[in-house]
Amino acid sequence: MPESLLFEKSTPGRRGYRLPALDVPEPRAAAVPTSARRTTPPALPELSEVDVVRHYTRLSRENYGVDLGFYPLGSCTMKYNPKINEEMARHPGAAAAHPLQGEALSQGALRLMYELEQGLKEVAGMDRVSLQPAAGAQGEFAGILMIHAYHAARGNPRRRVIIPDSAHGTNPASAALAGYEVQTVHSNAEGLVDVGDLSKLIDHDCAALMLTNPNTLGLFEKEIVQIAKIVHDAGALLYMDGANLNALLGLVRPGDMGFDVVHFNLHKTFSTPHGGGGPGAGPIGVKAPLAAYLPTPTIERDGARFFLDHNRPQSIGRLHSFYGNFGILVRAYTYLRRLGAAGLAEISRNAILNANYVRARLASAYQIAYDRACMHECVFSAKRQRAKGVHAWDIAKRLIDYGYYPPTINFPMVVEEAIMIEPPESEARETLDAFCDAMLAIAKECEEQPELVKTAPHTTARSRLDEVLAARKPQVRWTPPT
Amino acid sequence: MDPEELRYSADHEWVKVEGKQAIVGITEYAQSELGDIVYLELPDVGTEVVMEEELTEIESTKTTSPVLAPVSGKIIEVNDELKESPQLINEDPYGKGWIVTLKMTNPDDLENLMSAKEYEEFIEQGSDDDR
Repeated sequence: MPESLLFEKSTPGRRGYRLPALDVPEPRAAAVPTSARRTTPPALPELSEVDVVRHYTRLSRENYGVDLGFYPLGSCTMKYNPKINEEMARHPGAAAAHPLQGEALSQGALRLMYELEQGLKEVAGMDRVSLQPAAGAQGEFAGILMIHAYHAARGNPRRRVIIPDSAHGTNPASAALAGYEVQTVHSNAEGLVDVGDLSKLIDHDCAALMLTNPNTLGLFEKEIVQIAKIVHDAGALLYMDGANLNALLGLVRPGDMGFDVVHFNLHKTFSTPHGGGGPGAGPIGVKAPLAAYLPTPTIERDGARFFLDHNRPQSIGRLHSFYGNFGILVRAYTYLRRLGAAGLAEISRNAILNANYVRARLASAYQIAYDRACMHECVFSAKRQRAKGVHAWDIAKRLIDYGYYPPTINFPMVVEEAIMIEPPESEARETLDAFCDAMLAIAKECEEQPELVKTAPHTTARSRLDEVLAARKPQVRWTPPT
Repeated sequence: MDPEELRYSADHEWVKVEGKQAIVGITEYAQSELGDIVYLELPDVGTEVVMEEELTEIESTKTTSPVLAPVSGKIIEVNDELKESPQLINEDPYGKGWIVTLKMTNPDDLENLMSAKEYEEFIEQGSDDDR
């Protein structure tokens, strides 16, 4: 049965705690002006402690996360978050540090962040890194602002940014927010950037090409060296969306491919938690010619002493209070140090192996959008199933009944009925086999009993929600029945 | 069936020509690919648009997709009913689901568009393309 709201469970007069009788004088009535006083008490739910505890415990059992099972959400790198990360972040030296305790008492925190910057620099082949941005999208935006500052310092900020049709939606959003006009470069028949199309589009009014490598189809942009040359010959810069960095760790570096700016999603590649309402981190790395524009302050080292440098006249400015979300940085630092260089390369090799394993096992039942070796994720199309009236959407819902989180669907938009599966390195072969068995069973259901798939999920507290009504007439708060 | 009196773009917009005016909407095929439309940002009357540049954006439960101007012109009327009822595009793409009326600046633009028959052939080719 679906869990009702606390408001609906409310019983007049029921309490979790009762405050003792007031033993100090009543506040003077005049202290609160009549106009600011309520005439009716607030409609708070009235419940006992056990009612509340059971409500939230039941809700938690309807939740799904990486600690419960496989989460193949493509492009999101839903890897397991090792618990040692949490332990380190809760160490009193990290958790009890106060941002206003001053540089002298913050040497450990500054050193940790400095060393994390060095680690990310090494991974990406960049010359400088700022850990300040609070999420990938803010990192991207900071990157584009730096590109704007770079061109402006050369006399012309330029007008356009080129983005492939397979890009993440944040790319055009970041470019447009920074005031650029967005121009689309098409994918070719192989699912890669059409180099001929790019050559035609690029000119000296183009500020940058924003590229994800491997791209959102999970394919490596193998012409990247030529692409970098075309971009640089026009005086433009090459931006890398680091969303898919999990495929590259220790194998190839964005800086060596010719990228000038890259952002990192610590919650994807570096195993810090996704969402949950908590803070994130989307550090940004740049080549030397852009270093002057990094957000202020930067972390600097003078012998054994670490300090923040606020005197950076060309900087794009401050992006976050103090120096970003420190607790998240502790987790990413722990992950980097625990794995070391050899361990990082092993991460990417296993992520690539996992994706290709799933691709090969499902090839007989699902059409592969671009059928060849992929990197860390693979994109299928449910076109074959559509003949039976089943859409990618329905297959995703049916997976819930088999105990899996649904994969990404209908993205990238260059693939019809896309099903995008990313099996991170933290998943064992047994897990992948069980998941593939479920996908194959669903493919069979699509043939034999499509209605079962089209009406899924059947095992959850609620099945299909009216997503259309929810989007057209969003009702985001409970109102008391009248 | 796509109405024969209309002209069609490769980006799945239709145009109904009335003298120098062009009524613009999206095709039956486009609405079925998008799925349930939940929001549409209507452009302002008076805006000048250029052929093949973005006219507006349509949001469905599946995706957000640009609508390109099939011809160049100045927007002289927008379908305000879509603000409250974007589903009119799903229900009646060639009628009540019209989006804007343009005053064409270059009627020669129409030569770039397809007839109903050509458009249907064009869709058929596209959906056979299994890469």
